[in-house]
Amino acid sequence: MSGAVQETVSGGSAKTARVVIYGLLILLAAIYLLPLYVMLTTSLKSLDEIRGGDMLSLPSSPSIAAWTKAWGEACIGVTCTGIKGYFWNSIKMVVPAVIISTLLGALNGYVLTKWRFPGHKIIFGMMLFACFIPFQAVLIPMARMLGMMGIANTTTGLVFVHVIYGLGFTTLFFRNYYEAFPDELIKAAMMDGAGFFRIFWRILLPTSGPIIVVTVIYQFTNIWNDFLFGVSFSSGGSSPMTVALNNLVASSTGVKEYNVDMAAAVFAALPTLFVYIVAGRYFVRGLMAGAVKG
Amino acid sequence: MTTIEPATASPPRRNFADSLRGWLPKLVLAPSFAVILLFVYGFILWTVYLSFTNSRILPVYKLVGFDAYVRLWSQPNWYMAMKNLAIFGVLYIGICISIGLGLAILMDQRIRAEGILRPIFLYPMALSFVVTGTAWKWFLNPGLGIENTMHNLGWESFKFDWLVNPDMAIYTVVIAGVWQASGFVMAMFLAGLRGIDGEIIKAAQIDGAPLTKIYRRIIIPMLRPVFLSAFIVLAHMAIKSYDLVIALTGGGPGNATELPSTFMYSYTFTRSQMAVGSASAVMMLMGITAIIVPYLYSELREKR
Repeated sequence: MSGAVQETVSGGSAKTARVVIYGLLILLAAIYLLPLYVMLTTSLKSLDEIRGGDMLSLPSSPSIAAWTKAWGEACIGVTCTGIKGYFWNSIKMVVPAVIISTLLGALNGYVLTKWRFPGHKIIFGMMLFACFIPFQAVLIPMARMLGMMGIANTTTGLVFVHVIYGLGFTTLFFRNYYEAFPDELIKAAMMDGAGFFRIFWRILLPTSGPIIVVTVIYQFTNIWNDFLFGVSFSSGGSSPMTVALNNLVASSTGVKEYNVDMAAAVFAALPTLFVYIVAGRYFVRGLMAGAVKG
Repeated sequence: MTTIEPATASPPRRNFADSLRGWLPKLVLAPSFAVILLFVYGFILWTVYLSFTNSRILPVYKLVGFDAYVRLWSQPNWYMAMKNLAIFGVLYIGICISIGLGLAILMDQRIRAEGILRPIFLYPMALSFVVTGTAWKWFLNPGLGIENTMHNLGWESFKFDWLVNPDMAIYTVVIAGVWQASGFVMAMFLAGLRGIDGEIIKAAQIDGAPLTKIYRRIIIPMLRPVFLSAFIVLAHMAIKSYDLVIALTGGGPGNATELPSTFMYSYTFTRSQMAVGSASAVMMLMGITAIIVPYLYSELREKR
């Protein structure tokens, strides 16, 4: 369906129109790429070159010194061991949180479409609304609760929080996907004596590839990029990457090392950018599913 | 669950198995629902309760009425936050939708390089707001950023100090926010455009309607549902915006870029005014509820 609109004009003016359209698109693409370009080139420059030179110029002698410093030596607060520890914190937080919330979402979606019971709509509606609340409305109780459970300031605590507040979205994704799955196949399997879990494992899950990819990518991006929960429920060495990056950039002691800041920002951006480049199609599908509900 | 029962099974066992089978789906759903009930709805009630106390650094549970709300609405900071949210919200939503729609229409003109261009407009959405804030903070740096570049290009009088200018700082948040989200709005509109029946447009063209008129009169009105979705998503993101402001301006200079989200955080966790913080969280929740609930209700209703 690309280009539903045919050009009504012909000849020279059509050609001019094409040139204008392409020109505009290329100009806009350049503007969208500029911050990434500046981030990358700045991270490869020396501080002298940054101070004396131009932001848009290419590094005269590219060096990864700022990268190694950001990774292993930069000071975040009072500890000067770089961001590597925080990077691993984020990994340790993201992996279990994504796996658990995706699995639960799949089961919930399965129940809410194939094993309906009175009130299923209200339950789904309540889970869906939970996706959209401003987290400020649960921040204080959650801080108390994590303290009571003894998992405040731990990665476990953050995994717990992300699983809970990710459940609504994962359930939404799987529910909408399983909705389209033919009920007849489920009924036939039941006739043959297959039970609840057998139907799930043998029939639904094998066909769920695309939605699993969408959900995993959505959850991975959201949890990796989270800042509010990280800054509220962790401190010092247990912080995730985004919090460490903010602390690094906001720290005002000593000389401001813009190249190190930018290198750290690149590290924080790499995992999600990588996922986006490898599986962009699924990334967009997840965004759309999260935006257009029902 | 999967074993087939022998025909000789006694009736009571059979009943037990049957009722277990009936309960199993609910048992599977129950933990998730219980967790949502407690950690979302229970916690919201808890926050609402706290907003009627005079909790400071720690929660206290003695009710004092609307005291915290009175104090909230007498804070100049809160007015600043509301004013900034209005400026940020209107511009962010308006500009994102305009640019998103414009880009989508341009991209829908049988662009050959669509596969290359689309990811470029959309990649900022994959970044953390903290990364976006960090990048734009550097990009807009008054001494070394875009201002310096313009000077080097020979435009000596060029001045761009919005990041440190209290009157203009909120607009830098708008710029960075639009950069991040407009590509996503484009993707939404593009999906909408691709869903429009080509026959209708062909018919209009046969009638001799010019392209701009076809867009204005036929295509854009048909995109109404996308406008609504985009508005909901963006309004929701605007109210929740926290990371971007913290990373870009830290709420400053002074309180120039204070938003309800930053207000709530600082009053609760650094200024030891937990009751006022809770009251502001309740206001935010009411704002989002007013936008989301009617939308969810209509979406779920339509379906069945």
